[in-house]
Amino acid sequence: MIFSESWLREFVDPGMSTAELVETLTMAGLEVDSVTSAASQFSGVVVGQVVSVEQHPDADKLSVCRVTDGGDDYQVVCGAPNVRAGLLVPFAKVGAVLEGGDKPFKIKAAKLRGVESNGMLCSAEELGLAETSDGLLELPQTLTIGDDIRVALALDDQLIELDLTPNRGDCLGMIGLAREVGVLARAPVYGLEFPTVEITSQRSIAVATAAPDACPTYLGRVIENINIKAPSPFWLKERLRRSGLRSIDPVVDVTNLMLLELGHPMHAFDADKLQGTVTARFAGEGEKLTLLDDREVVLNSETLLIADEAQALAMAGIMGGLSSSVTANTTSIFLECAFFSPLAIAGKARSYGMHTDASHRYERGVDYALQARALERATALLLEIVGGSAGPVSTATGNLPASRQVRLTFSNVKRLLGVEIPEAECLDILSSLGFVKAASDPEGCEFTVPSFRFDVSIEADLIEEIARVFGYNKLPETLGIGAQRLPRLAERVRPVSALKRCLVAEGYQEAINYSFIDPDLAKIVCPESQVVSLQNPLSAEMSVMRPSILPGLLSTLGYNLNRQRERVRLFEEGLVFERRDGAITQTRKIAGLVYGSQNPVAWNQPKQAVDFYDIKGSVESLLNLGLGAAAYEFVKGEHSALHPGQCAEVRFKGEPIGFVGALHPRLQRHFGFASTAYLFELETAALVEGRLPSASALSRYPEVSRDLAVVVSAETAAGDLASCIRVNAGGDLTGLTTFDVYEGPGVGEGRKSIAFGLTWQHPSRTLSDEEISAIIAKCIRALESEFNAELRV
Amino acid sequence: MATPDSLLTEALEAIQNSSDEKSLDSMRVHYIGKKGAVTAQLKALGQLPAEERPAAGERINVVKREIDAALTARKSILIEQSLNAQLAAETIDVSLPGRRQTQGGLHPITQTIERIAAIFAGSGYEVAEGPEIEDDYHNFEALNIPAHHPARAMHDTFYIDPATVLRTHTSPVQVRVMEGGAPPFKMICPGRVYRCDSDLTHTPMFHQVEGLLIDREVSFADLKGTVIEFLQAYFEADLPVRFRPSYFPFTEPSAEVDMGCVSCAGKGCRICGNTGWLEVMGCGMVHPRVLEMSNIDPETHNGFAFGMGVERLAMLRYGVGDLRTYFENDLRFLQQFN
Repeated sequence: MIFSESWLREFVDPGMSTAELVETLTMAGLEVDSVTSAASQFSGVVVGQVVSVEQHPDADKLSVCRVTDGGDDYQVVCGAPNVRAGLLVPFAKVGAVLEGGDKPFKIKAAKLRGVESNGMLCSAEELGLAETSDGLLELPQTLTIGDDIRVALALDDQLIELDLTPNRGDCLGMIGLAREVGVLARAPVYGLEFPTVEITSQRSIAVATAAPDACPTYLGRVIENINIKAPSPFWLKERLRRSGLRSIDPVVDVTNLMLLELGHPMHAFDADKLQGTVTARFAGEGEKLTLLDDREVVLNSETLLIADEAQALAMAGIMGGLSSSVTANTTSIFLECAFFSPLAIAGKARSYGMHTDASHRYERGVDYALQARALERATALLLEIVGGSAGPVSTATGNLPASRQVRLTFSNVKRLLGVEIPEAECLDILSSLGFVKAASDPEGCEFTVPSFRFDVSIEADLIEEIARVFGYNKLPETLGIGAQRLPRLAERVRPVSALKRCLVAEGYQEAINYSFIDPDLAKIVCPESQVVSLQNPLSAEMSVMRPSILPGLLSTLGYNLNRQRERVRLFEEGLVFERRDGAITQTRKIAGLVYGSQNPVAWNQPKQAVDFYDIKGSVESLLNLGLGAAAYEFVKGEHSALHPGQCAEVRFKGEPIGFVGALHPRLQRHFGFASTAYLFELETAALVEGRLPSASALSRYPEVSRDLAVVVSAETAAGDLASCIRVNAGGDLTGLTTFDVYEGPGVGEGRKSIAFGLTWQHPSRTLSDEEISAIIAKCIRALESEFNAELRV
Repeated sequence: MATPDSLLTEALEAIQNSSDEKSLDSMRVHYIGKKGAVTAQLKALGQLPAEERPAAGERINVVKREIDAALTARKSILIEQSLNAQLAAETIDVSLPGRRQTQGGLHPITQTIERIAAIFAGSGYEVAEGPEIEDDYHNFEALNIPAHHPARAMHDTFYIDPATVLRTHTSPVQVRVMEGGAPPFKMICPGRVYRCDSDLTHTPMFHQVEGLLIDREVSFADLKGTVIEFLQAYFEADLPVRFRPSYFPFTEPSAEVDMGCVSCAGKGCRICGNTGWLEVMGCGMVHPRVLEMSNIDPETHNGFAFGMGVERLAMLRYGVGDLRTYFENDLRFLQQFN
């Protein structure tokens, strides 16, 4: 909210400069967002009176005026349509400086179409008092001619914008803000007067509340025979302007003034458009209402309404309806002043896509003891401006909020804040904030929470108030809480950071992509996944939760290829989201991508494109951090984003945990990549499992090594051969490597040769040649029978 | 027949002229080997008169030793020469770059989270994580933000369905930790959070680190001490820190934390909006109702919580100008943090 500093100072003199006030408010939790001047930085402008107006001899739209500053008369040429004799206007005399577009300009004596002009009559816009104007600023007749306009209108004022937290609805009006400043500055606050208006009309409209909890107080009165065309006084318009509101008509202006001054929203209906009793009730499901802004809304049964016997009139506490609104032809109004409970209003405006000054205040809580006084004050002001006669107040009451009692135990102040604040100071702070001591004993006091504080219900709330006014920065700072405990580090679990560092060592750069992606991209990369969609995405391109990290990595690859990167290695770790059997699954995965050459361009390394085995090597490095690659299986796999001939499913304990493979050529074309990208994606949980190292004695006997080369059909998986060998090579096998794969002349069409190196070592003796030869023979027999392998000699 | 001296002259000359170790070896055989020329003279000593033998023998032995010494000396010269030749031949341009796989790097956000976690780990805070698609209860209700509470408007929430949201903060992880155990608790929860807001200073996804400490007799002073200690550790500077009253439904009292601008040392600059202060985190004493909802007795235990934006800390620490660059993943940006 924006407030005028000078208006605040009418209520309380904090004895501080603007800067000090701003600092004090901010440090008390009422954060100041900005401070701006109430008017532009002009000088030399006085209150002038137009003495006479004559038509310019050579210009239709110009007038030649005589203007007085109380001493001398000046001839001024003026183009404003509203210039007329008797008017008080801002008069920029020769030598005055006004703020122009980029730089100030000085008023000089000039000739306009041959007529001498000594100065300029100003509009509100020209003085920085309005964004636009369509004529001269007409000043109140009460001003003294010749006075400096800055003084006359108190323009040396600051507009202070507060960013109030939702708990401080009580500061959404000047009286609340003044109370707060009074407490902080320890200065007296001048209260408002609430005179009771004389009732001069007997016209009344009955009111009722059919929602006694949602609308515990509903007051209204008719004011008849008003002159809606009477202009709002200058001070009222100016007060609204300095609070960021526009003047509409005197009735709206007065209710808006109450909003700003008391923090209390009000509404006026055209009394002649109402039929029968006015009732606060909940809407019927599907009931319709056309609002002031011409929008028709279909209401639900949780929406509180103001209705008469014929129709819905207003969304209670949010916005009035069009059909009962005050117009330029209105002669009698029905002025409403009600308390709607925060619970009844909270979230309602938002559910209709609305947010109004009224809903903002009612949601946060309006003083539930203020209605009668507010209605009187508004009536009195209105009668002053638009005349008419006020009828009696109609009253409907329901269940007002129970008055809250909160206990403060003095010792708890120290317990929570860590410092002793004298009891007298605590009591002083609370009472100046409006908390009334209801009972007391040596250990503490019971306080009644004032009707304007909806945010205080427990002791901690009271202590916060004490701390806030005492000053957070005067509270001590301590360290060393709690018993010293050392972390239980799970050694069998590899930290995810170790996985990440492993990939970093392999040349991968970590990426962080948005978790929401384009549904089209999800469909292309993971067509089988049932995606989780957002109800309110920022855009269609960010409307589904990623079912895989790969779409993000592929987009990132494209982004970087478009920026002339040629060799790209990326990884990302995070959650992926899918619907499975109706439920949402959230699984941590780690995914990687390689593209371009195997090695960075170098004088001594061949420029060779990456292939499947590069990325598989990275995956094996990851697996080796934990249980070791041997604990995982790579089997030929299928994934719609991957090349069917270059895709391995990775399994752990028999369960698939992810894939590694080449991007499908169809997708490669889709993304427009010049060469093949290789990808992997694995479940993080399956990689972090490790083991506790367990040392065993080293054998003192020699190792024995043999090579074994077999020729098999080209489709045979080397991994299957290795498994077969491992099964048959006996318990003393300590090493098995695949050291050669050959296809071509010499092994026959459709066949390939694979060579394995085997190593054995016995813990307590030397293995004999005969034993090893028998094992080799056993392996060969198994390979022959299972894979139709031939021994290569 | 040659004399020992003529053999010596001949041998020394040959040794001197030899250019490889192999010829030296054959010279050794030829002159002083078992069947060598000098050895043969020793064998022929018997033919000399007895009185000449000692002198002649002595002379032959001297010759033999001299040849031997000459051979050894020549050999070490040749070894030295060939080593020098090898070294010369093997000399390379050491200014050429080495052969290696380039290192990748961690994202600056990850580095920042790891740094924060490492600092808190020093004081015994453990790391906890939780789901990003969160139910309304954990994201709001259990944090004392009931439906329609105005504070919900502070969170521009992404919805999956009316009861399921993308977590708007990492605070629900606190709730899950408290529900799942018994106090004391001392932990931080880093992770992705989501708000449907996107402009120059907001991305719809960002990262937070939430901290929670629940124990007996914890005070706001402990919170202040912890927060100040952390900020000074993180920025490696004795920055001024101030606490402003604020409002979060799940803490009471609540505070916003400002620290002296790292860029202008409080003088006022573009980064701090000329205030000299940077808003860096929110914190407060955990609201008793939040404790109760997670089955912790607020009479026996209490504690504090704090939360900070990782992107913001990383921006201040590393001078990142535009928030959005974090998620564009331009390698030229990311590699600046390697």
